[in-house]
Amino acid sequence: MTDLGTSPDDVQFRFRDDQMVDHASVTVDAFAAQSNAAAVRIEPGDDARVLLPHLDRIALVEVNFPVFGDGRGYSSARALREAGYTGELRAVGDVGIDQLLNMRRCGFDAFAPNKPLDEADAQTAFDRWPNVYQNTADGRVMISELRHG
Amino acid sequence: MYKYDNYDQQMVDTRVEEFRDQAKRRLEGKITEDQFKPLRLMNGLYLQLHAYMLRVAIPYGTLNGAQMHALADIADKYDRGYGHFTTRQNIQYNWIKLEEAGDLLADLAKVEMHAIQTSGNCIRNISSDHFAGAAADELVDPRPYAELLRQWSSFHPEFMYLPRKFKIAVIAAETDRAAMRLHDIGIQIVKNDAGEIGASFYVGGGMGRTPMIAPQVREFVPLNQLVTYSEACLRVYNRHGRRDNKYKARIKILVHEMGAEEYTRQVEEEFAHMLDQGVEPPLAEIERLRPYFADPAFVDGPKTCDRSDPDFALWVDRNTNRHKHDSYVSAVISLKPVGGIPGDATAEQMHLMAELASKYSFDELRVMHTQNIVLPHVAISDLHALWTALEAAGLGSPNLDTIEDIIACPGLDYCSLANARSIPLAQKISERFAASGKTGELGQLKLKISGCINACGHHHAGHIGILGVDKKGTENYQLSLGGSEAEDVALAKITGRGFDEAGVINAVETVTDIYLGARNEGERFLDTYRRIGMTPFKEALYD
Repeated sequence: MTDLGTSPDDVQFRFRDDQMVDHASVTVDAFAAQSNAAAVRIEPGDDARVLLPHLDRIALVEVNFPVFGDGRGYSSARALREAGYTGELRAVGDVGIDQLLNMRRCGFDAFAPNKPLDEADAQTAFDRWPNVYQNTADGRVMISELRHG
Repeated sequence: MYKYDNYDQQMVDTRVEEFRDQAKRRLEGKITEDQFKPLRLMNGLYLQLHAYMLRVAIPYGTLNGAQMHALADIADKYDRGYGHFTTRQNIQYNWIKLEEAGDLLADLAKVEMHAIQTSGNCIRNISSDHFAGAAADELVDPRPYAELLRQWSSFHPEFMYLPRKFKIAVIAAETDRAAMRLHDIGIQIVKNDAGEIGASFYVGGGMGRTPMIAPQVREFVPLNQLVTYSEACLRVYNRHGRRDNKYKARIKILVHEMGAEEYTRQVEEEFAHMLDQGVEPPLAEIERLRPYFADPAFVDGPKTCDRSDPDFALWVDRNTNRHKHDSYVSAVISLKPVGGIPGDATAEQMHLMAELASKYSFDELRVMHTQNIVLPHVAISDLHALWTALEAAGLGSPNLDTIEDIIACPGLDYCSLANARSIPLAQKISERFAASGKTGELGQLKLKISGCINACGHHHAGHIGILGVDKKGTENYQLSLGGSEAEDVALAKITGRGFDEAGVINAVETVTDIYLGARNEGERFLDTYRRIGMTPFKEALYD
């Protein structure tokens, strides 16, 4: 099994209280080929929906962003959350200040940027938008619903 | 027209703060230019040949007098006293300083405007029929649906880093005035057999280097599923659109390579899943939006006007469109003066258009994708006064949809991607035909010029299209015939080898002469071309 993925030490922001998984993630292919791993790592070309039948035994999904401009990971994240995945969803790789909130909104609850981010800038980014136009995975009520009570 | 509530205002105000913060972090060196570039693009800021260009969104091309005045003020304050109306119904300024961009965005926010997602690999400004809410032939006003989609697509967290840019058009008439099927998603609001209003979806059209006409993927999407269906279309694209080659990254390539049937199957599968996810705004939201676009207080009045002045009569014939109320018309202000720069307007002209809108058109204006301005609701009894004021300001050119009404991209005069100049060519062609007096005789003839294969000047959709290319360091122009962006949508075909600038102007005249010689009664250039085919044109050009 290839050891890839981030360790708990790499996680800079985390919005959950449970214990972090302490073993390495496996690839989607390795996971599908029958693995006992509780941690999986999704690359941009992987179809996250392969994991859906097994969500109850997964505690960590890492979604890798090799370059921040490749937005496939946002759709992977939402597909998992929409299917009821409640484990940790960790954005790893080329994750910058200006991607944090969109990722959070798509269901990521942990962030392991390959270069540590300025904590104050990150906090500002997470708190930036008082309201939102879309219902996504973060549970915020969208503006069109607020308007109509 | 739509009016922001506190939520909408808060969104644009927050965006201004966010942009200021991003620019500050860039200046402090906390983010690299590579990281900053997509962020500034999502605020409409391009680095062009000479300076930054800023593109301002005019959602579905609708604006009021105060907004037009503000655009004029911006032209004076931050640019060189003019702006350029674009084929996306937006306006762009060519001489912007990065350090002033935040203040400019703040000025826009004061009049409920923004530059959000006017560039970048995200969902762009929604375009629509420039006669929406006025045209006699529309089923309903498409703009409430366009506004619903504007809000949904603004800051959509899943779709900010798509494979490529994404353009959506919404129309609600059989006559297509928005090039609907040449968009990534084209939506036509329709009525089904049961008499219910819904939306037909066409996906995978576009121009650029690989022009495609969008196939229909769904005949009828109920109105209370419009956003959900759009979201499903986008998700399948975000998942599978090519990212290995930016020239093959648009959704048209995906739909083409995957096949419309398989794409549709995947969208339907995603859509069925998403229906349970609560992404659709409540139906009450559409009900809230509709009254903003309600008819102004039309008053019955004269249905005809004094046409004794032949110049005025010509302008009325060419530049007005039938209105749903028979005492009114929609009047087009041509931004195509002979020898002028297509789509350019000075700050003074913008102020005047704003004043005329408040005086004669219930304070409303529209931007056309053909780079002209519409006053949508003009009483027939006011037409002469309006025309007189326009004439005095050089805005009275009677040339809508004629060979002088040329679409041209900024070309090599401004754009860092261009291979050839577009503007001088457009100027010379309009001068040639104005001088020869043939403009009127030629009737409807849509000529479109792009300065590179990205096709911002819509040359694929021109009755006559011209594409500027670089041939061993000199500008060369390819001529194509037979395109249309309208309901009879078609892609133009290249005539043969290209021409130099003088040569292509002669070539345009040659093909128009063939048309004049061959046409049957009532045929437009396009109709004659379709009947007689390419051969007679080719023979005249190359033999």
